[in-house]
Amino acid sequence: MAGESLLKVQGVETYYGNIRALAGVDVEVNKGEIVSLIGANGAGKSTLMMTICGSPQARNGQVIFDGEDITRLPTHLIARKRIAQSPEGRRIFPRMTVLENLQMGAGLDNLKYFAEDVEKIFTLFPRLKERQSQRGGTLSGGEQQMLSIGRALMARPKLLLLDEPSLGLAPLIVKGIFEAIKKLNQEEGLTVFLVEQNAFAALKLSDRAYVMVNGKVTMSGPGRELLANPEVRAAYLEGGRH
Amino acid sequence: MAAPSENTSSGLMVKAVREGIFAGVIALGMFILYVGIETYQDIDNRLVWRTRWGLLAIFVAVAAIGRFLMVGVIKPHLDRRKLAKAKSGILEISEEKSFFHRHFLKIALIALLLYPMASVWLFGTQGSLKYVDNFGIQILIYVMLAWGLNIVVGLAGLLDLGYVAFYAVGAYSYALLSAHLGLSFWVLLPLAGILAALWGVILGFPVLRLRGDYLAIVTLAFGEIIRLVLINWTDVTRGTFGISGIKKASVFGIWSFDVGSPNYFPKAFGLATSSAYYKIFLFYVILALCLLTAYVTIRLRRMPIGRAWEALREDEIACRSLGINTVTTKLTAFATGAMFGGFAGSFFATRQGFVSPESFVFLESAVILAIVVLGGMGSLTGIAIAAVVMVGGTELLREMAFLKLVFGPDFTPELYRMLLFGLAMVIVMLFKPRGFVGTREPTAFLKERKVVSGSFTKEGHG
Repeated sequence: MAGESLLKVQGVETYYGNIRALAGVDVEVNKGEIVSLIGANGAGKSTLMMTICGSPQARNGQVIFDGEDITRLPTHLIARKRIAQSPEGRRIFPRMTVLENLQMGAGLDNLKYFAEDVEKIFTLFPRLKERQSQRGGTLSGGEQQMLSIGRALMARPKLLLLDEPSLGLAPLIVKGIFEAIKKLNQEEGLTVFLVEQNAFAALKLSDRAYVMVNGKVTMSGPGRELLANPEVRAAYLEGGRH
Repeated sequence: MAAPSENTSSGLMVKAVREGIFAGVIALGMFILYVGIETYQDIDNRLVWRTRWGLLAIFVAVAAIGRFLMVGVIKPHLDRRKLAKAKSGILEISEEKSFFHRHFLKIALIALLLYPMASVWLFGTQGSLKYVDNFGIQILIYVMLAWGLNIVVGLAGLLDLGYVAFYAVGAYSYALLSAHLGLSFWVLLPLAGILAALWGVILGFPVLRLRGDYLAIVTLAFGEIIRLVLINWTDVTRGTFGISGIKKASVFGIWSFDVGSPNYFPKAFGLATSSAYYKIFLFYVILALCLLTAYVTIRLRRMPIGRAWEALREDEIACRSLGINTVTTKLTAFATGAMFGGFAGSFFATRQGFVSPESFVFLESAVILAIVVLGGMGSLTGIAIAAVVMVGGTELLREMAFLKLVFGPDFTPELYRMLLFGLAMVIVMLFKPRGFVGTREPTAFLKERKVVSGSFTKEGHG
């Protein structure tokens, strides 16, 4: 499973003002892997995701992508390195149509592969095809999530960052979305870094996983191993005790 | 919901009469002191009062009859129509459009091209002046300004309350450069646009991090700063006296509109000496400038930068995570919008022959913004209609001399301009919260083109 390293987060510390949200995080994602990051609310999962994208930037430590230090790059230049993100809360463009939303994702190549890639997204998420000329804001939550992932994929990313794709969605839709992610990973070799609260689904899906508590990675290992780990089960799978 | 049976329709009438009387009573209560009694100073400078029962009666009658008609006739009619629509299953997206609807733009363009000719034909050369200048040119200047502001506010979603600053920069650029360097209108027009765009960037830099209310306040201040500089930098701008004797535009340097000049336009064509020809020429110039603005806006919307503007309006963070440089995107929006403001400004200067800071007060910015909002942010057609209604309506008020017969001899309808403006805005916003044209034409298609109805999104986003 250990392929070439694609993303390397080394000792990253991120602050919001004087508050330290990440206290020295080390995470590594190899090419072709699905890696997930689980943890409770406020553990710093989304902060790590945003730090990789350069907003906010890490105060200490390094983010290395494809052998290149991207810690101090502005967000839009990081995106141009083909790190695509489906952010928390989906953040689709509500007034623009589904097709226009996808178009925005394909901006990096100036729409060179637009027609081809749109077809691919529509096969992956047939619901989007039905809704193509509807406004983004009028879609259901699940469809918006599909659109958000679709828009990220339009950039032909080397690394796909997914922040809580299951947030607020019905279990059946979550299953569909996770299957789509799995398919992308297996068929196209897409590397995925996933942040999830839904630990069970995430651990089952991923090759490796990290557990985060209070801005620190406390545990890591293959997804299935963590799934069987009693500590993880107690904290994130059976709920309540922490 | 009015069911069409005998029983309920008489019930409806009773209800309408009752609500009408009620509205009349409220109007009486509201207006009795404001309208019914008028205070004024007599010759000895004493404050005395007199009554205006006739005027009060008109106010009350309008309220009562209006409410009666609304409840008794208009509302049931609208309900029936809505019901019929719902029954036939046609949503607001209708594929079939009338001939007029489909060819609206072509018809409007032809009408505009023929407009000066028609007014000369109907009212004579001298008589056409009023229609071409007061209505035509005046409205088109505002159309152009509103279309320019639309790029900043409607497309990029950056609320700019100081747009008039760029209008002023354009006007003063032309006035000063033509006076000192003697350059012609056609050289200075692009230069004024570039200078205004430069100021757009200068404003853009400090406000890059701001959005919404904060941005609005800073742009408001910027507009005032420019105006105060114009007032106080008397060595250059001659302060409140303004700059007069600004050179007229020529027909591309071939014919001139200065009466003394050897190639005076009407003389060259064997026409009588009249300023009407200059105004007709200016009408076509501003029409061409408007069309340029519209063309550029439509083209840009389909290009990456235009798409980036629209995406920026929707979600800035998402934009950045898609690789869009929000800094340059915002700056280009400010610069492009400002450039068209600058064009309009230099046109304004050559048309008036006189500029002073008086013309660039905050009210102008507010009016332009009101036109953009009323028309429907982002919609060129809607904005043009709003400009015609708002600016044309104000001009029409000057013509309403007959109102003096109703309201008394010292009634000046122009003074009610702002009142009517506000009233019109409230009414439009109540009935069409997304402006006259709330639909947005998508720019991406696979096969068919569909207009997306505004009714599916929340107010202010459609």
